[in-house]
Amino acid sequence: MKTLRRALLFALPLLFTGGIPPRAADLPGESIYHLPISMVDQDGYASALADRRGTPQLVSMFYTSCPYVCPLIIETMKRTQQALTPAQRQRVGVLLVSFDPERDTPQRLHEVYQQRKLDKASWTLARIEADDVRQLAAVLDIQYRLLANREINHSSALVLLDSEGRIVARTDKIGEVDPDFVASVQAALRSAR
Amino acid sequence: MRIAVALGAALALFMAAADAAEYVAIGGGRFASVLPADANAADVAIAPFRLRTEPVTNAEFLDFVTAHPQWRRDRIARVFAEQRYLERWQSATALGDRTLPSWPVTQVSWFAARAFCVSENARLPTWNEWEFAAAADATRADARSDPAWREAILGWYARPSASGSDEIGGSANFYGVRDLHGLIWEWVDDFNALLVAGDSRDQNDPDRLKFCGAGALNLRDRENYAVLMRVAMLSSLKAADTTGSLGFRCARDIEVKR
Repeated sequence: MKTLRRALLFALPLLFTGGIPPRAADLPGESIYHLPISMVDQDGYASALADRRGTPQLVSMFYTSCPYVCPLIIETMKRTQQALTPAQRQRVGVLLVSFDPERDTPQRLHEVYQQRKLDKASWTLARIEADDVRQLAAVLDIQYRLLANREINHSSALVLLDSEGRIVARTDKIGEVDPDFVASVQAALRSAR
Repeated sequence: MRIAVALGAALALFMAAADAAEYVAIGGGRFASVLPADANAADVAIAPFRLRTEPVTNAEFLDFVTAHPQWRRDRIARVFAEQRYLERWQSATALGDRTLPSWPVTQVSWFAARAFCVSENARLPTWNEWEFAAAADATRADARSDPAWREAILGWYARPSASGSDEIGGSANFYGVRDLHGLIWEWVDDFNALLVAGDSRDQNDPDRLKFCGAGALNLRDRENYAVLMRVAMLSSLKAADTTGSLGFRCARDIEVKR
């Protein structure tokens, strides 16, 4: 009886796990969600990178004190999003992670979030620790280096993750919408259905 | 009985200490890297650090994957290492006869090299740390302007057979570090930080937009081919890549005493 009750105690939560992602052991080997990275967003909320599992994600990296290319990255991600139908848009997360944990505090990210009028339902600006920045950039194949004058030299790419966190497409086109990349987003949405 | 256990423990401790990798202190300082610190070709400032005197061996890496089985070649998540990871080993847990325990481990990804160093309470060296230590010859901290030194190193890079199939034990340099040149290529922590302009004439390059801030930096000391080849090789890699001639060594911070 006691065993049965215990079994029920364990089983009960399982009945309501619709929203809980499966354990990491079930992750495909190619998933970047194997990286144990925790993030803090523009509102100060903490989450794990792997919490993004379940929805395709548009991912890139930037830093807020970058005057020229980084605003263009945000603009390009916005326009890529706008190339989707409203229904499709709701099903893609947009994640922009800072290279610069020292200066890009959640408060600073929040300011940029407001300035750029980012869509609350889909966009996250995130700060992660310096060591995690190196790993995330490595796994996304984005190059960056800190210069002595505190600027950050970096390559720019938009990366598409499928709902399991596998990289399924990328584009280096910044400042314009890449139609092939949009088609990849739509294809990822079809297979995520 | 109790004495035997204590003796056993003491022996195990002794053996672990005997096995522990050797690190030497390297003073750091201002350094003319081939990768300038900014667009004005500034020197880089390197803080004092410790560097492993020798590359990590097959035997050491085997101990690591045995203690941390998630890094075995049959268990590793593909995102952390491609198919050829530790392929030369006979199995996930045995070296076999195609490689020797004392040879430097190769066919390891950046993620795996990093995890090994963490297990040794260390980290991968940065490019600048590696370059700083590798600028020394047997008697000088910086021998890079000596044509004979450049020639000797280039001799190795010109050899087609660099394959990690060689014994560690080259002669110690100024700091007591061995085999920085002449044996294998080595991962550095910021391998994905070495982005540079392909050449100096690209002020109006259409790829300009790919780079934020100062744009890609131009390489200095273009006659130092051996070091430039390292930069080119490392910057072409992805973090999950492995090659038969690419291994690593670890570094440590030096605690500042107050």
